[in-house]
Amino acid sequence: MAGGTGPADRATRLRGLFRTMARIRAFEDAAEVASQGGVSAWGLQASGTPARVRGPLHLSTGQEAVAAGVCANLRRDDLLTSTHRGHGHTLAKGADMTAMMCELFGRASGTNGGKGGSMHIADFSVGMLGANGVVAAGIPIATGAAHALKLAGTDRIVCCFFGDGAINRGPFLEGLNWAQVYHLPVLFVCEDNRIAATTPTGTMTAGGGAIARAAAMGLTTASVDGNDVEAVDDAAGRLIDRVRAGQPALLHAVTYRFKGHVSVDPGRYRDPAEVERALLDDPLERARERLAALGLGEDARAMRDAARTEVDSALAAAEAAPFPDPSMAYTDVLDCGAGRWT
Amino acid sequence: MGAQPLSAAGSVSVTLTYAQAAASALAAAMQSDPRIVALGEDLGRGGVFGQYTLDGQPLAARFGPDRIIDTPISEANIMGAAVGMALAGLKPVVEMRVIDFALCGMDELVNQAAKNRYMFGGQGRVPLVARMPIGIWTASAAQHSQSLEAWFAHLPGLVVTCPATPQDNHGLLTSALACGDPVVYLEHKELWSTSGTVDRSVIVPLGRARIARPGRTLTLVTWSRMLLEALAAADELARDGIDVEVIDLRTLWPWDRDTVLESVGRTGRLLVAHEAVQVAGFGAEIAATVAEELGCPVKRLGAPRIPVGYAPTLEAEARIGAGKIAGAVRGWLA
Repeated sequence: MAGGTGPADRATRLRGLFRTMARIRAFEDAAEVASQGGVSAWGLQASGTPARVRGPLHLSTGQEAVAAGVCANLRRDDLLTSTHRGHGHTLAKGADMTAMMCELFGRASGTNGGKGGSMHIADFSVGMLGANGVVAAGIPIATGAAHALKLAGTDRIVCCFFGDGAINRGPFLEGLNWAQVYHLPVLFVCEDNRIAATTPTGTMTAGGGAIARAAAMGLTTASVDGNDVEAVDDAAGRLIDRVRAGQPALLHAVTYRFKGHVSVDPGRYRDPAEVERALLDDPLERARERLAALGLGEDARAMRDAARTEVDSALAAAEAAPFPDPSMAYTDVLDCGAGRWT
Repeated sequence: MGAQPLSAAGSVSVTLTYAQAAASALAAAMQSDPRIVALGEDLGRGGVFGQYTLDGQPLAARFGPDRIIDTPISEANIMGAAVGMALAGLKPVVEMRVIDFALCGMDELVNQAAKNRYMFGGQGRVPLVARMPIGIWTASAAQHSQSLEAWFAHLPGLVVTCPATPQDNHGLLTSALACGDPVVYLEHKELWSTSGTVDRSVIVPLGRARIARPGRTLTLVTWSRMLLEALAAADELARDGIDVEVIDLRTLWPWDRDTVLESVGRTGRLLVAHEAVQVAGFGAEIAATVAEELGCPVKRLGAPRIPVGYAPTLEAEARIGAGKIAGAVRGWLA
C-alpha cells in the first residue's frame, strides 16, 4: 500500500479506491442496459430493438474491489493482461471510459477502433495488453511480457488477472512454472468469483486451488477477501513489493459475480439464497460504509453521482460516434501480402 | 527469376548445411538487432538438430542465455510467452522442434499471435518467427511426420514460408526476422543435413517463388523437401523428352501468383505436388486459382489421407517421391 499510514492518508487512499470502484460499477451497469434485447438467448426473447452493445458482454459487477485494489498499486508503465471479464481491470489501469464505451458499441473511436469489442478491449497507452476471449490465455502472454521487462533491466512489472476457472487449464501450470524458473516480475491475480461460466468451480477443482498450486511451485502467495478493497490494496501492495524486486507472486482474491456469465444470462442455475447473501456483501457498499465512518459519506455519494454522469457522457459519445468504415476490415492484418485477401 | 545478389561485390559464397544456414542468418540478425531473442527446448546446447549451432559453437555461447533461452517443455507457454515478449517490444524466434509439438501451442499461435494486431486495432504487433519443422522424418511415425502448412495458410494474420535449400533457409529466415508480423517458418525435418552454396548477401523476399528448373511442357509447383523429388523427377522425364518447369513456391502466404500464372500461361498445364495430404492441401488452392484464371488443365499430387505409419512399407505409402511425380506426369501426357 503506497503512501503513509495515518488516518488522513487512509481516507485519501480509500477515496481513490472507491472512486475507481464507482466508475467500474457505473460502466458495467450502463453496458448491461445497452446490451439488452438484441438477441434471443438464455431463455430470454429479443425485444426487437437492436442492442447497442452486441455480442457476449461479461460483466464484473460485484468484483470491483479486486480491480481497484490491485491496480491502485500499479504504475502507468506497468503492464496488464486481463480476461473476458476485463472492463474493470481496464478502467482501473487508467483507460479512458469514453473510448472504452465506444469500443463496446463497436465504434471507430473505440480503444481498438471497433475491431475487438468487450472481449478484446485493450489500451496499450496505459499498459493494458488486452482482455482475452480464451480462458487462461493471458497467463503465458503475461510471462512473456514480464520476461521482456526483465531482460530490459527495468523495474516495471506485469499484472496478470485470471479467474478461478483458469486454474484448471494447462497454461496456468506452464505459466507459473515459467515465471518462477526465470524469476519474472509478474503478479498473478486469481479473481475467484466462485463460478466458472455456469458451473461452481469448487465442484470441478481438485486439491487446494490456486494458492496450493502456486505454493507447490514456490511462488509467494496471499489470499484475501476480494470484496474488501482495502484488504486487496494492502495484500497486492505487499506482493508487488516482492514482484518489483524480481520474484513472481500470486494473489487469490475471493469475490462474487453479481450477474450471469454474460449480460443477458439471468443466472437461474444459481441458488437464489446464495445470490441474496452475496448481494448483501456488496464491495461498494462496504467501502461506502467505511468512508461514512470516516465522515466522508457525502464524498462517496458525490463520487457515485460523478461516475454516473461520466458514464452518461460516454454513452452519448458512443451513440453519436460512427462505425468504422468497411475498409478498416482490411487494415492491421498483415503488411506482408497486404492487399491480397483471396 | 530467383534470388538475385544485391551487390556482386559484397557476395561471399560458402557451403553450409540447411541447419547451419539458418543459424548463420539468425546470428547475423541477432548481432544487428538486440530485440531478437530465441526460445525453445534444448536451444542452449545448440538445438537438437544443430540449428542453433554455428562454427561448432552453440549460439548461446555467443549471445548468452538471456537471448538464446532454454525453456521447459511447455509449448503453450513458449508460444504464448513469445506473444507477450513481442507485445512488450522484443522479436522472438520460437523453436518448436517439430510441428507436431507445436500443436500444444495452437491457441497461442492461432488465437493470440495471428489476431492480436488486428483485434487490438493496431495498438500492438506480434513480430515473432515460429520455427515448426514439417515433413516425414524417417521411421518417426504418425506424431513426428506431419506436413500441416495448409492449416496456417488458411489463417488470416500469418505469413507462411517453407524453405527448401540452404540458400533459402538463410535468405527467408533473414526476411522473416525483418518482417514485423508473425511468420510460420516451416523448415523440413529431413533437410537439416543437406548442404549447398549460400551467398549471405542474397535477399530472398517473402512471397516470391523461384523457378528452380525452366521448362516448356508442364509447370510443376512444389515446396519444401518435395523440391528435391520434383527436380529428380524432372531430370528423369527430360530423358524422355518431357521438359518440366519446376517452381519452388517458397512462401505459401502470400504465395507468388504472378510467377505461377506466368509459367502455366507458357506451358499450358499445372501439376502441384506436395508431401502434405492431398485432401484440402494447399495444392488445391493453387490448382483452383490457375483453373479460374487461365482455364488450364490442373492436377494435384499429395499424400493419401492416412497417418504416416512406422513400418517402411507403410511409411512409403505416405511418401510422394520422384517416381510418383514422374508417373503422374507420364500418365497425364500419355
